[in-house]
Amino acid sequence: MPDRGFVKNALSKTETFFKELPQKNSFKIFVSVLVSVLIGLFAGLLILLIFNPRNSFRAFGGILAGAFGDPTSVLIGIGDWFYYATPILLTGLSVGFAFKTGLFNIGAAGQFMVGQYAALMVAFYGGGLGSFQWVAALAAGILAGALWGFIPGFFKAIFNVNEVITSIMFNYIGMYLTNLLIKSNLTVYNQARTETHKINTEAFLPKFGMDKILPGSRADIGFLIAILVAISMFIILNKTKFGFELKGVGYNRHASRYAGINEKKAIILSMAIAGALAALGGALKMIAPGAHNVGNTLTVEEMLAPEGFNGIPVALLGLSNPVGIIFSALFITYIQRGGFFVQSLVMIEIIDIIIGVIIYFSAFSLVIRLFFERRAQRKRTEAELEADELKPEGGEA
Amino acid sequence: METFYHVFQQSLNFAIPLLIVALGGMFSEKSGVINIALEGIMIIGAFTGAMFLAAVRGNEFFSANPQLKFILAIILGAVSGMIFASLLAFASVNMKADQTIGGTALNLLSVALVVFIARSTNPNSTKNVEFGKIPSIKEVPLFSKIPVLGDMFFKNVYISTYIGIIILLIAIVVLKKTRFGLRLSACGEHPHAAQSLGVNVYRMRWYGVLISGALGGLGGVAYIIPTTVGFNGTVHGFGFLALAVMIFGQWKPLRILFSALFFGFFSAMAFAYFAIDFMNAFADFLQKMGIDNPREIIHMIPYVATMVALALTSKKSRAPKASGIPFEPGAR
Repeated sequence: MPDRGFVKNALSKTETFFKELPQKNSFKIFVSVLVSVLIGLFAGLLILLIFNPRNSFRAFGGILAGAFGDPTSVLIGIGDWFYYATPILLTGLSVGFAFKTGLFNIGAAGQFMVGQYAALMVAFYGGGLGSFQWVAALAAGILAGALWGFIPGFFKAIFNVNEVITSIMFNYIGMYLTNLLIKSNLTVYNQARTETHKINTEAFLPKFGMDKILPGSRADIGFLIAILVAISMFIILNKTKFGFELKGVGYNRHASRYAGINEKKAIILSMAIAGALAALGGALKMIAPGAHNVGNTLTVEEMLAPEGFNGIPVALLGLSNPVGIIFSALFITYIQRGGFFVQSLVMIEIIDIIIGVIIYFSAFSLVIRLFFERRAQRKRTEAELEADELKPEGGEA
Repeated sequence: METFYHVFQQSLNFAIPLLIVALGGMFSEKSGVINIALEGIMIIGAFTGAMFLAAVRGNEFFSANPQLKFILAIILGAVSGMIFASLLAFASVNMKADQTIGGTALNLLSVALVVFIARSTNPNSTKNVEFGKIPSIKEVPLFSKIPVLGDMFFKNVYISTYIGIIILLIAIVVLKKTRFGLRLSACGEHPHAAQSLGVNVYRMRWYGVLISGALGGLGGVAYIIPTTVGFNGTVHGFGFLALAVMIFGQWKPLRILFSALFFGFFSAMAFAYFAIDFMNAFADFLQKMGIDNPREIIHMIPYVATMVALALTSKKSRAPKASGIPFEPGAR
């Protein structure tokens, strides 16, 4: 039986925790993100009122209901939520990881696409691998993506080429290259439907019990893998020397060099890892069994993978923190699903508008917070000064 | 020689918008703000222009005066680009936001906005805004008789080419010869020094971003009209390509012209290859070599060329020193 002192101690500790919470940095960041989310949602409502006044509140309600608004069942809604969050969680981690090293990986789309392609190839030609086929497919995707991230990193480190430009260029090169390779391979490519043939069921990701918990949904092991990756990324960034070096280069490249960190190596490795993360998202999407175990086909069109670009708001909203990215990926998927379910009432692009507005305001919500803090600080000092001036008079009287 | 003129005219269709947008990016960076939102600004400008052209499509007066229609579309594109860019200026100058994040938000927002509006207003909910073909000027009287130059610049030419050249000339004069231009550059190199001499850094940066917004929106219209007949919410990464042109041009107007021509040439090779004889021959050659889809390979050309060009020249690259850093009057 715990003695009363222990309980009292615990109580007072909780009390101080909640008292100090508003002063905590992470809490302040959370509030500033929350404020930009609210502004974004409000902007969405305004646009709905302008373009579609009759259905605007019904549509907005559907967006807020998000993944739970699934017309078939809530469980399927939740399972599909996880399924759709998986790719953008990984592209978000990809962008966020590069951010930590001070690099902007806008090339997640291209990396995602080469990851899809590599996984597709293993799914078609790796029939002899048995139950390891899906592991091999993911590994192939990771390798392809690492290469696709390595190139912009190499160009940045060796030739001093801005990684934003390079990774954009490699988005397009990756898109045309994978389209070319798929189109030239008629075992894989279904010319009549301009998409790939279905992959063998043996190559599918295992469901890993997700079909028992969330029956009828698209959920599979993919989401769990993504969470695991996020946690390992958190550990690498915060608990290892390697992560420390990467962040050091992000904070100050020159200082890191003088501290003996090989910044060129850090830049190249960071981009390669970022590429691998995005490509893992592509590979997971490619070999996912889906709801009815029929799998996905890959439509061959001249469009960059939207998952790649969605990784950018995911990373920004998650403040490049792996744990934050898990939540931001879930949030963004949540309203995307909500928008999907009310498509008959409003164009789904409303969701992208909301996300854009959120990111715009989150870019300076921290600054607003600092401004108010500084003003409060100034008032406090002024009040203190005034009090000091008043004191001697009060003493005399 | 016929082929040369033809290829040159095709290249101009891509080089002129790249030139205009890259000059826009240059003005912004010279003032100290990295404008990564150029892609989004181009999209907004192109969309406004396309909406206007689609709205007046059946109008008899405008059908009789297509060049006037084009000029009006360009003005509207520039104005809308400027308004959109003011969002970036507010975030990065007044709110001191991270310029890359602010610009990225605007890029996301632009695509979402134009597709949303297009789909909400189109009767069949498609995102394509059909505006039809705007004819080029077949021949400019008198000037087209000049040997060589007449064939290059005064036959089958779009009016945007002249606008682009005028903008280039103005940009050179403004940057080199006017007080405004020198102050603008000072704000991007050493804002505190500029401030100590009485220059309002905030205001100069606002001007820089607004100019880049106007040129970005203008470039968006100048890009879609010669190259397509309908706008579907994308400018194919040309805003980013324009940034590459600006870097390759080392933030100097004349060099930007040459790098725009270089990139325009490769873009024409890729996106208008069916209109160029030797590129068709190249496609046939690829097919004979056993490559069934030469189109994809040809389309990769400008992106690969960009990489090679930047790798060869970026080592010595020197961007405006304070570009990308928010201005804090009290910092040192």
